[in-house]
Amino acid sequence: MLPEIGHFALILSLFFALALSFVPILGYIKKHKVLMAYSTPLTHVTSLLVLFSFIILSYSFAVDDFSVLYVSQHSNSLLPFVFKLSAVWGGHEGSLLLWVLILCGWSSAVAYKGKTLPEDIRALVLATLGIVTTGFLAFLLFTSSPFVRLLPDMPAEGADLNPLLQDVGLIIHPPMLYMGYVGFSVAFAFAIAALISGNLNSSWARWARPWTSVSWAFLTLGIGLGSWWAYYELGWGGWWFWDPVENASFMPWLAGTALIHSLAVTEKRGVFKSWTVLLAIFTFSLSLLGTFLVRSGVLTSVHAFAADPTRGVFILVLLFLFVGGSLLLYAMRAADVKSDVSFGITGREAGLLINNIVLVTLTLTVLLGTLFPLLFDALDMGKVSVGAPYFNSVFSPIALVLMLVMAIGPLLKWNRTKLDILIKQLIFPCILACVLTGITLIWQKFEWITLVSLFVAYWVLLLTLIDWASKLGNVGSSWWQRAKKLPRNYYGMLIAHLGMAVSLIGILFVSVQSQEEMVRMAPNDSVTLSGYEFVFNGVSQVQGPNYVADRANISIFKDGQQVASLAPEKRVYQARTQMMTEASIDAGLFRDLYLSLGEQLEGDTWGLRVHVKPFVRWIWLGGILMMIGGFLSAMDKRYRKVAGATI
Amino acid sequence: MSEGKNSKMKKVALFLPFLVFALLAGVFFSQLGKDTQYMPSALIGKTLPDFSLVSLETNEVMNKKDLGEQGFLINFWGTWCPACSFEHDYLMKLASEGIDIVGIDYKDETTAAIKWLDEKGDPYSVVLLDELGNFGIDMGVTGAPETFVVNAEGIVTYRHQGIVNEQVWQEMKGYLK
Repeated sequence: MLPEIGHFALILSLFFALALSFVPILGYIKKHKVLMAYSTPLTHVTSLLVLFSFIILSYSFAVDDFSVLYVSQHSNSLLPFVFKLSAVWGGHEGSLLLWVLILCGWSSAVAYKGKTLPEDIRALVLATLGIVTTGFLAFLLFTSSPFVRLLPDMPAEGADLNPLLQDVGLIIHPPMLYMGYVGFSVAFAFAIAALISGNLNSSWARWARPWTSVSWAFLTLGIGLGSWWAYYELGWGGWWFWDPVENASFMPWLAGTALIHSLAVTEKRGVFKSWTVLLAIFTFSLSLLGTFLVRSGVLTSVHAFAADPTRGVFILVLLFLFVGGSLLLYAMRAADVKSDVSFGITGREAGLLINNIVLVTLTLTVLLGTLFPLLFDALDMGKVSVGAPYFNSVFSPIALVLMLVMAIGPLLKWNRTKLDILIKQLIFPCILACVLTGITLIWQKFEWITLVSLFVAYWVLLLTLIDWASKLGNVGSSWWQRAKKLPRNYYGMLIAHLGMAVSLIGILFVSVQSQEEMVRMAPNDSVTLSGYEFVFNGVSQVQGPNYVADRANISIFKDGQQVASLAPEKRVYQARTQMMTEASIDAGLFRDLYLSLGEQLEGDTWGLRVHVKPFVRWIWLGGILMMIGGFLSAMDKRYRKVAGATI
Repeated sequence: MSEGKNSKMKKVALFLPFLVFALLAGVFFSQLGKDTQYMPSALIGKTLPDFSLVSLETNEVMNKKDLGEQGFLINFWGTWCPACSFEHDYLMKLASEGIDIVGIDYKDETTAAIKWLDEKGDPYSVVLLDELGNFGIDMGVTGAPETFVVNAEGIVTYRHQGIVNEQVWQEMKGYLK
């Protein structure tokens, strides 16, 4: 009975969402205040109904109700309880429900925080979000209901959750990722509202800014978690694979980064108005495109959900309506926008323009690489696959340009910068960065491109810190007092930029200095890699809650001292008799020791993959810094004080 | 005059994002429902690579020249492969219609293979043993079952990954000639 109630709640929510898509817009056209005011309660009711059905689905998982097809496909009575709950989004249907739930969450947050918005804008924003919600609820109900029952022949046992997904990283990775890219719908809705109302002054940018920063922070966290998960769970020791699905989340991130910067210019200086609107549409379109690519089966990927052409057609139609519709609206409305402020070529505006051009180029680079196999096939030119070599050789140099702009950009002043002062500011950190690069060179040999990148990373670090120090250096109250007075927005930028530099350092060291070896090991054999001696102590059988495993035991010594003891496993999950490699990692700030167990070769001899990965943690540490930066800048006091603020 | 032209240009330019997107949407539509797993083999249009494999029946080494003069199928299979047992019935039917199927027992144990053929019947004109999978590498197979069509001139004309059934056969048989 309960699953039917859940299903019914979902159907009901579709009707409320449908009402939300029409009533406020009707109110806007008729200038009818009551109709417009309906937007808030309609949003909340839709959200509550979706939340209710999500809770029911979670409950069905918790009590092992295998009469529900989706539960029986993705759970098992032996599955640990937390994984039963995370299995709710372990497949296409449930993760789509989570997608819609998060969209509703964002809509309700806008409805709640947006009390101070002008009522016509609030009505239009909520209605736009309502249209998106309606589309996805219809998609969910018509093609992928999670509440389909298997009656009367219900299975006694479920097929179990894919073992790859039975992991802590995967419990929180999808929700964070969705929080991010669904969150861009808010900026999108503000942009659409601005286009419809024709009121494209800078106020929409101010309203959209904190929402964009928060979404971006969540997306950063989501991507970081995904990369971390791939690193320890897939057992290859890689942290980024340029897989189409990774790209699908990375493109909105790049475009979102551009959006954050262009919103800042539009808000503060009133320039790039039309461009910022386009970018807001573009960013959310990429989120939708990602959803399409993952769920339609047009691309091959380890992450892709089971392909179903009907779903593909449905979501393509949605994509066409949302993206095509908003781009058409843009084409018709944006011509009226006039930028009334001009800016100088040495000003911060110009710097941010370059930032935007570079970021959009990067996004298009990834987009092209991801879609190239599709385009190629569509033109009947055969099958190609675009892999890491393309991305590394095309993406990296452009990304380096971005880092350079990032180093100099924050020092520029609005409108125009005095070049002699700028050069003075740049020169000392430049020399220091050269020295630091030189010091690193003594320790390790690098190719020139790595060397240049490393120099740029150091330079960014130094410039960012020196800029902060110079803001504290004035006479007067103590530096701590002044440090507290600097706006959170500024700290957000500072920390996010530091994060980029930290990640870059991590990426450079990992890609250049990683050591890896595949060895045959019998008990008491040892192998030495990067100064670490790995001693193999043999393999034992272990019984887990829903798997059995062969667990190897390896002691690691450095200079005769034991530094770690690791236990990589090879697991067989019973429900699906699926084999999984469970890597074992000794993590450290400056290096990770990473072991994954291979095949049993003969007797007690095993294959073992040994990695030493210097600075790999820095990649995610940088990600965490960027995330903190994003949240901090959204919490800036300005957004609360100014009339019409949203947070 | 020129200003009017400029603003007209600007208006047209604003439609560009929409047009690019519409084009992309067309491409997506054409790609929906296609099998992304499908990979054409690099061998298509080339002669069958030579090999020397031991025959299961006679225990003798066989080469390319020992295979039929007419067109034939090369079917990679193994007793370890559950899908192969599904495919087996259809192969029996093809064999009864006189289709020459060369079986490659891929990464398998000989005793298990003999038992399998005894129990289920033998659709193959000859079964060659590829215990280490070397011939599989030459042919670029990714798993079993996988079937290649070799025509009368000894040229590989078609490759199918997965089970051969009625539908696949209708597509495949034209390549035998």
